[in-house]
Amino acid sequence: MLDKEAIAKRIAQEIQNNSYVNLGIGIPTLVANYIPKNIQVCFQSENGLLGMGPFPREIEVDPDLINAGKQTITMLPGAAIFDSAMSFGMIHAQKIDLTILGAMEVSENGDIANWKIPGKMVKGMGGAMDLVASAKNIIVAMQHVNKAGESKLLQACTLPLTGIRCVKKIVTELAVLAVLPEGGFKLLERAPGVSVETIKKATLGKLIIEGEIPEMAFD
Amino acid sequence: MINKKVANAEEAINDIKDGDTLMLGGFGLCGIPEKCIAALVSKGIKNLTCISNNAGVDDFGIGLMLQQKQVKKMVSSYVGENAEFERQLLSGELDVELIPQGTLAFRCMAAGYGMPAIFTPAGIGTEVAIGKEVRNFNGKDYLLEKAFEANFAIVKAWKGDTAGNLIFKATSRNFNTVMAMAGRITIAEVEELVEPGELDPNQIHVPGIYVHRIFKGSDYEKRIEKKTTSI
Repeated sequence: MLDKEAIAKRIAQEIQNNSYVNLGIGIPTLVANYIPKNIQVCFQSENGLLGMGPFPREIEVDPDLINAGKQTITMLPGAAIFDSAMSFGMIHAQKIDLTILGAMEVSENGDIANWKIPGKMVKGMGGAMDLVASAKNIIVAMQHVNKAGESKLLQACTLPLTGIRCVKKIVTELAVLAVLPEGGFKLLERAPGVSVETIKKATLGKLIIEGEIPEMAFD
Repeated sequence: MINKKVANAEEAINDIKDGDTLMLGGFGLCGIPEKCIAALVSKGIKNLTCISNNAGVDDFGIGLMLQQKQVKKMVSSYVGENAEFERQLLSGELDVELIPQGTLAFRCMAAGYGMPAIFTPAGIGTEVAIGKEVRNFNGKDYLLEKAFEANFAIVKAWKGDTAGNLIFKATSRNFNTVMAMAGRITIAEVEELVEPGELDPNQIHVPGIYVHRIFKGSDYEKRIEKKTTSI
């Protein structure tokens, strides 16, 4: 089983050279720490920044410079600032190559639910509905099962949807899975030491297993 | 140059009345018009509809107006980080319309550009789409979302001149530009207020035509919501 850092590390392997990437809150934020040295990537923060850098040193902290998670950050050389309309303009114009975000549920046809639990959590969707509606490629980082032990990879989502037919890939503590255009979770890789049987038990939606499933490789 | 300068926040907000619809710039606590919010709190105007990406935290930003029960309705994209907000929402005291962040920005933008509505794919297939017109363009569905109508837009800029031209710093620009463009009356508070000619016209983010009142605020707190540092 992978911990959160390892999930982030595995997702970092998915990032193509010279790509623009938007990272959601939680595990996705950790992905920035594991970008391979030979990969050039530019992070977009939807509150209005391209070229987001690491957290500042104490003396560099600027209350006017935050990311979409409201954390203080820095700008890298070549960064650009813009307003919220242009930020979502570039998102909907599909200029962002990859969106990585968390989820509460994903369905076998790529629907995602991650913004609301009726009667319990009413925080809002933020930019998630925009990102999932227009992203060219979406990778979800999440736990395979919830705290009650129930699968989060379902035939159909039970929670209010954030977007439909949009998720392309999922990385969990157990596995890497592709969401097929015709529906179904295709098992691509297992976490080190995790059996196909374990993944089957944790997946409620349609799981497609073809041939030998390799273990994830880490450097 | 037309002079938009007013003395202070109290004068800037003097004709805002109970029941008005306000846009308030900022993202989280970054770039919020903290001087005007303080003036609205001390004046005690009630039944306000506030269009703002977030609702502040319990004891800062719009959270201060929520504490005084001045807000009837919030139109926002994300309202976590505020316990009093959640309490009023669950008890039914507060009406909340949650909308996608891009939709919020585009509905401001539409107002500022004189467009009655925009089309966006955000929310298609979700509860956000309920009751809204859907149009298909090139095989993809889009929701029709209308331009906002707000009596007042209240924004915070870094620098401004008395003609109302505004310049923003770093990510405090966020919703401030599009909201400045969208208000029927736009009030700008700035950290530095200069005479016409002192700002470089090439660097202006919002031209003064959109701004009706401008004043210099002092002693900005600029509270940080989540201070994160590296070693």
